[in-house]
Amino acid sequence: MTMRPRYRTALFLAPAGAWFLAMLVLPLLVVIVYSFGERGPAGGYAPAFTLDNYLNLGSRWTAFRNTLTMAPLGTLACLVIAYPLAWFLAMRADARWRTLLLVLVIVPFWTSILIRSYAWIFLLGGQGIPSLLNALGLGNPRLINTPFAVLVGIVYGYLPLMVFPIYVSLERLDKRLLEAADDLGSPPMRRFLQIALPLSMPGVATGCMLVFILLMGEFLIPAMLGGGKVFFVGNALVDLFLQSRNWAFGSAVAAALVLVMLITVTAYMRFTRRWAGGRDDVALM
Amino acid sequence: METPQTQPIAELRDASKHYGAVVAAEGLNLAIQRGEFLSFLGPSGCGKTTALRMLAGFETPTRGDVLLDGQRVNDLPPHRRPVNMVFQHYALFPHMTVADNIAYGLRQRRPRPPEAEVAAAVERALERVRLPGYGPRRIWEMSGGQQQRVALARALINQPKILLLDEPMAALDKNLRRDMQIELQTLQRSLGITFVLVTHDQEEALSMSDRICIMRGGRIVQVGSPRDLYDRPVNRYVADFVGKSNFFDGRVSRVGGGAGALTAAGGITFAGPVSCTRGVTEGAAATASLRPEDIALRRRLAPAAGETGVPVQVRTRIFLGEHTEYLVAHPDLGDFLILASRQAEAAEGSFGPGDTGFAAWRDGAARILDND
Repeated sequence: MTMRPRYRTALFLAPAGAWFLAMLVLPLLVVIVYSFGERGPAGGYAPAFTLDNYLNLGSRWTAFRNTLTMAPLGTLACLVIAYPLAWFLAMRADARWRTLLLVLVIVPFWTSILIRSYAWIFLLGGQGIPSLLNALGLGNPRLINTPFAVLVGIVYGYLPLMVFPIYVSLERLDKRLLEAADDLGSPPMRRFLQIALPLSMPGVATGCMLVFILLMGEFLIPAMLGGGKVFFVGNALVDLFLQSRNWAFGSAVAAALVLVMLITVTAYMRFTRRWAGGRDDVALM
Repeated sequence: METPQTQPIAELRDASKHYGAVVAAEGLNLAIQRGEFLSFLGPSGCGKTTALRMLAGFETPTRGDVLLDGQRVNDLPPHRRPVNMVFQHYALFPHMTVADNIAYGLRQRRPRPPEAEVAAAVERALERVRLPGYGPRRIWEMSGGQQQRVALARALINQPKILLLDEPMAALDKNLRRDMQIELQTLQRSLGITFVLVTHDQEEALSMSDRICIMRGGRIVQVGSPRDLYDRPVNRYVADFVGKSNFFDGRVSRVGGGAGALTAAGGITFAGPVSCTRGVTEGAAATASLRPEDIALRRRLAPAAGETGVPVQVRTRIFLGEHTEYLVAHPDLGDFLILASRQAEAAEGSFGPGDTGFAAWRDGAARILDND
């Protein structure tokens, strides 16, 4: 009798467990094994045991630096734009229009990111916004193939992933708490900082995590809008596996990326937990 | 600068609140006296919550004025009004401790009071609601009754001119509700703060309030002390809301000098004071209210002077301890209730279902009311 629920749980977890084993754990082990090997004579992988690939990581430092600056920056940019939007959708938007507005947030996802990035290439390219600014006498800035262009692409592509978790946490927020704060003498901005913001932190944390993790592995946006000048680790991997066919070195770069990600995400989780947990012990503002 | 005691602490003057075509409150006129315990009583959707929210500042009247201490405050937002509220489900801040919840109001003041002062005030507030030492607790560690007392302490710490209570007892079980009612009353007496309560529970309103404002369909129907409302209801609605009563529809057969008579089905006459708000003329449709305790159930009709008696058949008998409640049937009047005291039971003997007898009432015991 006591064993049966346990079997049932195991049965329910089996598909997910098998999936994780086959698609995550085993490939990761392969990557780690490969990372200690050598490039085969005709490319690919040749078995060996050497630390050369890891010692050589410094040659891809630019890619790591770009990823580690653009991913947090892109996450922050998404957050700054998504929060007011989520606030409007959850707090201000008429209930009749809310569903429609929410759908509009995800409508861009209905088209391939490739096509949408092409659109941005045109918009940010010489024929697009720069020529418009030029016509208005505001100079002719170079936009495409800059970190700015990559940032625009990131915000455009990842905004919904940030909007939705924040929207959900704000929508679930008991509006009477804001009324209670109002009643107790708190003006609007303080109500936001003391009540709404701390209580929507779970949504903010989830959104940031989603966007940040996906950005760490991004390669399409920098490739198309960065024009090879804003090079991410993802681009380095594409290059190593598909162009120079150095699978061993590519595996070392991939393993290093996973490690960096693990460290930053763990640090981030610690930080958010402490921030959210510690707030109520101190007087706010 | 003492304000004269006669000036009401709050007033609604012709206050109305419309949401498009929906009328939440219409032409409310009410003066709330300093230090009184006033209840808004009525079913959901009657406008009682809207009235309270207009006093708190969450709703701005579409027409008319809200006055606090003689000042028009229509455009003053809630955070600038000297009133505080206990919310229906308490609305305690879940991310703060009990102490931080209670201290919230004080910490909003500018200049901000020193933390030592805040801490002392919080401790005093916790003692006042009998929760000493509970400051460091989390909200979810508190029971429903404790949460309610935290909400009370949080609202009272700012020493509001009026404490507004929005169905504060709705989420409590019956025993706890009783204790809380007594506690609230004691607190109100000792603090001398004006309490305004919103409730749909007539017992709660009757037991706690100095005055009750009965509402229906966004309008005030009657304002008065519990005894006033019980003894002199203006219409069937009030009589039905405040205590139990029997109603007999009919036409006014005599009127004059504040008294009159109403003839109901079968030519049976009910005589008594008239408390209609509309002008009543002979022949007008009205209703007679006769409290169950004002009717006697007898074995045989003793034709006493100034009494009316009709034959009835007992349908059900419910023993209530001090009283016994009979539901009786009359061919013309239909079913109605009789409340017999122990003494009456002892004199007449108890009746069982199916027994026949006579229902008798003193002339003048009825009350002629508006039939709405």
